[in-house]
Amino acid sequence: MSHFERRCNKEEDLPVYLARPGSASQSASQSPRQKSYGMFSSVEGAFENKSIALESYCAQRKRSRSRENLADGDSGGSKDMGTVPSGKRVSLSLSERLFFCDSSPPSSGIERRARRVRGSDRLLIKGGRVVNDDLSFFADIYLEDGVIKQLGENLIVPGGVKIIEANGRMVIPGGIDVNTCLQKPYLGTQTVDDFFQGTKAALAGGTTMIVDHVTPQPGASLLQAFEKWQEAADKKSCCDYSLHVDIPHWHEGVKEELEVLVQEKGINSFQVYMAYKDLYQMTDTQLYEAFSFLKELGAVVLVHAENGDLIAQEQSKILGMGITGPEGHALSRPEELEAEAVFRAITLGNRVNCPVYITKVMSKSAADIVALSRKKGSVVFGEPITASLATDGTHYWSKNWAKAAAFVMSPPLSPDPTTPDHLNSLLACGDLQVVGSAHCAYSTSQKAIGKDNFTLIPEGTNGVEERMSFVWDKAVAVGKMDENQFVAVSSTNAAKIFNLYPRKGRIAVGSDGDIVIWDPDKMKTITAKTQQSAVEYNIFEGMECRGGPLVVISQGKIVYEDGKLHVQQGVGRFIPRKPFADYIYQRITMRSKTMAARGVSRGMYDGPVYDIPATPKYVTPAPSTKTSPAKNQPPPIRNLHQSNFSLSGAQVDDNVPRRSGHRIVAPPGGRSNITSLG
Amino acid sequence: MAERKVLPREDERCFLLSRLGADSPKPRVKLGGVFCSVQDAFDNKTLNFESFSPAPARRGARGRAEEPHTPPGLADARSAGDGGDGDTRGEDDHLIIKGGKIVNDDQSFYADIYIEDGVIKQIGENLIVPGGAKIIDAYGHIVIPGGIDVNTRLHAPFLGMNPADDFYHGTQAALAGGTTMIIDHVLPEPGTSLLAAFDQWRDLADKSSCCDYSLHVDITRWHEGLVEELEALVKDKGVNSFLIFMAYKDKFQSTDTQMYEAFGVLRDLGAIAQVHAENGDIIEEEQKKLLDLGITGPEGHVLSHPEEVETEAVFRAITIAKQANCPLYITKVMSKSAADVIAQARKKGMVVYGEPITASLGTDGSHYWSKNWAKAAAYVMAPPLNPEPGTSDYLNSLLSCGDLQVTGSAHSTFTTAQKAVGKDNFTLIPEGTNGIEERMSVIWEKAVVAGKMDENEFVAVTSTNAAKIFNLYPRKGRIAVGADADIVIWNPKEARIFSAKSHNSTVECNIFEGMECRGSPAVVISQGKVVLEAGKLNVTEGSGRFVPRKSFPDFVYKRIKARTRMADARGVPRGQYDGPVHDVISATKSVPPTPTGRGPTCPGKAQITPARNLHQSGFTLSGTQMDDHIPRRTAQRIVAPPGGRSNITSLS
Repeated sequence: MSHFERRCNKEEDLPVYLARPGSASQSASQSPRQKSYGMFSSVEGAFENKSIALESYCAQRKRSRSRENLADGDSGGSKDMGTVPSGKRVSLSLSERLFFCDSSPPSSGIERRARRVRGSDRLLIKGGRVVNDDLSFFADIYLEDGVIKQLGENLIVPGGVKIIEANGRMVIPGGIDVNTCLQKPYLGTQTVDDFFQGTKAALAGGTTMIVDHVTPQPGASLLQAFEKWQEAADKKSCCDYSLHVDIPHWHEGVKEELEVLVQEKGINSFQVYMAYKDLYQMTDTQLYEAFSFLKELGAVVLVHAENGDLIAQEQSKILGMGITGPEGHALSRPEELEAEAVFRAITLGNRVNCPVYITKVMSKSAADIVALSRKKGSVVFGEPITASLATDGTHYWSKNWAKAAAFVMSPPLSPDPTTPDHLNSLLACGDLQVVGSAHCAYSTSQKAIGKDNFTLIPEGTNGVEERMSFVWDKAVAVGKMDENQFVAVSSTNAAKIFNLYPRKGRIAVGSDGDIVIWDPDKMKTITAKTQQSAVEYNIFEGMECRGGPLVVISQGKIVYEDGKLHVQQGVGRFIPRKPFADYIYQRITMRSKTMAARGVSRGMYDGPVYDIPATPKYVTPAPSTKTSPAKNQPPPIRNLHQSNFSLSGAQVDDNVPRRSGHRIVAPPGGRSNITSLG
Repeated sequence: MAERKVLPREDERCFLLSRLGADSPKPRVKLGGVFCSVQDAFDNKTLNFESFSPAPARRGARGRAEEPHTPPGLADARSAGDGGDGDTRGEDDHLIIKGGKIVNDDQSFYADIYIEDGVIKQIGENLIVPGGAKIIDAYGHIVIPGGIDVNTRLHAPFLGMNPADDFYHGTQAALAGGTTMIIDHVLPEPGTSLLAAFDQWRDLADKSSCCDYSLHVDITRWHEGLVEELEALVKDKGVNSFLIFMAYKDKFQSTDTQMYEAFGVLRDLGAIAQVHAENGDIIEEEQKKLLDLGITGPEGHVLSHPEEVETEAVFRAITIAKQANCPLYITKVMSKSAADVIAQARKKGMVVYGEPITASLGTDGSHYWSKNWAKAAAYVMAPPLNPEPGTSDYLNSLLSCGDLQVTGSAHSTFTTAQKAVGKDNFTLIPEGTNGIEERMSVIWEKAVVAGKMDENEFVAVTSTNAAKIFNLYPRKGRIAVGADADIVIWNPKEARIFSAKSHNSTVECNIFEGMECRGSPAVVISQGKVVLEAGKLNVTEGSGRFVPRKSFPDFVYKRIKARTRMADARGVPRGQYDGPVHDVISATKSVPPTPTGRGPTCPGKAQITPARNLHQSGFTLSGTQMDDHIPRRTAQRIVAPPGGRSNITSLS
């Protein structure tokens, strides 16, 4: 006891300059980590609060007092535990500490509860287990003005605070759905879930931010489309949102608009299509140019990866066979075409040294390719969606046309029933990183546009509401994934990739107040009757799902509680995103530096040169008709910048005047270095 | 001697019981328990064509069980040989190869071979042959079917230049290396007639080729009009393989759509689709980038053709072939990852073949960075040699285990002066390396001597597999009675060093310069004539025959045919959808509803008219039948779905 205390005291004497950045709880974590009890006991301090406190970097410390409180409690605890034999101490400390904080100052707790006033501007979440992507810890959270102001135990908060008792439940950062289409036009109609309906559904499912796709028509202005989407979303959205912009058609004129979007409008992600022949599809050359340009801008390239050429062929074949129902959709878009396009996109990304983000990973083989190329070092991200994680494509063969049509989306769900399992496994181990929903809901009557021709069925399924629950059910509840990884794939990774971190995707001081209290045991049966989405057919109809949100807080306000939504149309803010997200571009920038190609400096070739006949027998010699413009770019004049040093002894200028137009059948000997093998 | 007594009795049974290829009709009996070999297991089991014909020309000759190590048999053979030797030496039409170990792709055995009229007439010991046969001594050597080089370009105009090795020089070099048949590529100018180009190539080859040859035809620009020509080539001209380019943008390159269409046509014709697999789009962009950076030397070639670009195209070609259910053949496998993709696809059941070439098996791409421009340029070919030095070992391993099947040479040589056309711009350097002469030796050295491959597998990858894939088997690719007398007596021990000074090609630079290989041909017999003996070539210009190849090779198409039967997709018979339909026509807010406004749609989208499909079943499980509902108003916009008869919410 006594020697332990002494050591504690000594540690407190450590100079300030040893303090590590980001260590918010001063006295406790300033002490260097020491193994106190040999190899098998945990490192001291390993379970301390290590969340990034943004404010710890600024000069004035608003919540220093509360921190000290916490620290006192902590050191007191450890002093008490000092006598407890090794091993036990650490395992106890967490729950013990919680117990401490709940009970040690009982009077203050009661006081606070008494001062509770209605007013959702200030919120205190008490007794929750905060789960971030890197660790979980027990702490209270104080929210003010839509931002997390304090995080810790025994917080000292102003009066008039609404208190939410989390009772030890998980408190997680609100979900970020990176792929929705809430205003996608199709043949003059629009999705039934607009920004209001869609974000309502999102909030009901624990998602507090969406990133929607702006889909301009080919040839239309990207900027105008963006403004149209932003306007619609500003009016209707109930939660924060951001926008991806799709590039329907690549041409030189797009570049300017892209620059404006990135630098002025806060867009850092653009989608290109490898499918939809003659509509959105880009050739490999266009993709290469687009990748190169977007990389220079520091944006993320989203790729819709399917081989459109082959799909068009398969579609006409299948229609020719007389198959017109939704099963034709799955038949005409086999898994291989998705895998092929993913492979090609990654190859292009590698060549350009540009990050590639594959939207909608729907099949095993596509996911495997993403995983494999990550192992080879490619900067590539894969996004499975709710539908591919929870259900499969066997329903395309349903006898019920409406049901079968509801599943139509591209790439289609894989008919292989083991696909969801596989994708969940890859998601759990980090080979896939982000979960989207690709929520794009059309009503049955809209789907029926394609009742006699599956190629006309508008593509899209629901999933924004079910996303978080299904990841929990299929991955966490079965033991594939832990709660931290759950937070990572449903929120944090997305925030990192799209440069929203740490404003979104983390519970930390200074982050936005988008918080979900998660109930891991909530059982729910998915049905169109109880959902928020306006679509009549839910593709997960009848599925039981474990896990769901208990309370959802968006922008510091409670929007979902006791199964009831309290949303306000138009409160959602547009969140601009800066280019060059560190999470992605650090690697890219390093590679650009090291990967630069270098030529060989060698002496000028001074041997004979075959004279291309002026009037050849079969071919016109002028390369202009057949070769690329690049081929005749460098004029055949002598390149004076090239080194004229040669290892073979012969120098550039000491040879006899060359007659380059002379046809020589046998090579001359003498000064020529043809046969010397350098 | 006991065996001899048994023989006559068995000969009587022979007519009744003769099985295919079974020359020794004795039933197998295990004599000595589990661990003894089966009796006759080491007997000659060569396919014997004549056993099917009623008049057995080689009576008695094959009857004796083969006893390689019994001195009496050896003595017999020698004495018989001596007799023949004295009579007519130098008569090339009759040849007898004595004492060698015959190596086919399935087994090796000791036997003599008698050749007459360019065909193998007898195989066995103590052959009874007419007098005047020239005797070739093969003791200590192995006797293998002549090599088949499946990929050469001995006539391929590039910017008005033709390769330095034409059919005469090229086939000469081939024979000197133990290759007795080549399959050359016909490269028509894009847009010109395939048939005309084919005739031109045949003309040239008939005049100057020294060994048998066949031709692949390259499809340099695909369009529907080619179908007729392809049909003529397959059915009348004896061509069953066509090459499609995925590279050379704006020149030869085909799009995915074109490839799919071409594959479909080739499958129906029973031909093999070959692919030059590189992503031409990416290559062109990379070339521009490198030239802009000021890189103009041969290293720019390899930098602009990175391995991934090859791998990507291989992957895509396999995907397309899978969709079209067409057999695929990847020419020039140059990198590890491309080979891996092929190996994986084969494991998934694809009918795909990979062809590494002499250069990728024997050397690597580090030479592109040579300070000597002429040397660096000599290596320029597409796909390029991989700069990683472990590539050749890896490809040899895959070749040994059967993941890659065939070896070519991609022999297409240009002199240094010709290569120098691209001295200031690597994109203008004519592409191609030598390898036709070195092919067999390089594989022997790198795979057989290294212990990766046995002699049978060596025969398979240099000759038999090619013959099977391209439907030349068993005329070529096997030593059997009735097969063409293209035979190589291979000396597995003799070492030789490749050099531009001693090779038979006309170019000044040999990319294998200085490489030492054990294993080289001692005697080469082409069409029953000795063309290489004691290091001397003795060829006749124009003696090579065109060997036509029939469509639907069994080795390739048996599986394809079975899959065609299996793969028919079926629709789901379901009741007509009778719910509300969103009205497209009236809702023209932002977009013109007709798809024409957004560029031409694919032909598939417009094909089916929205008329009721009467062929579809009108039966539905949900109780409502096709015709018992009230008249539909299809043009009505309905927001909420009606209840009642609609089957929207019922979960079937």
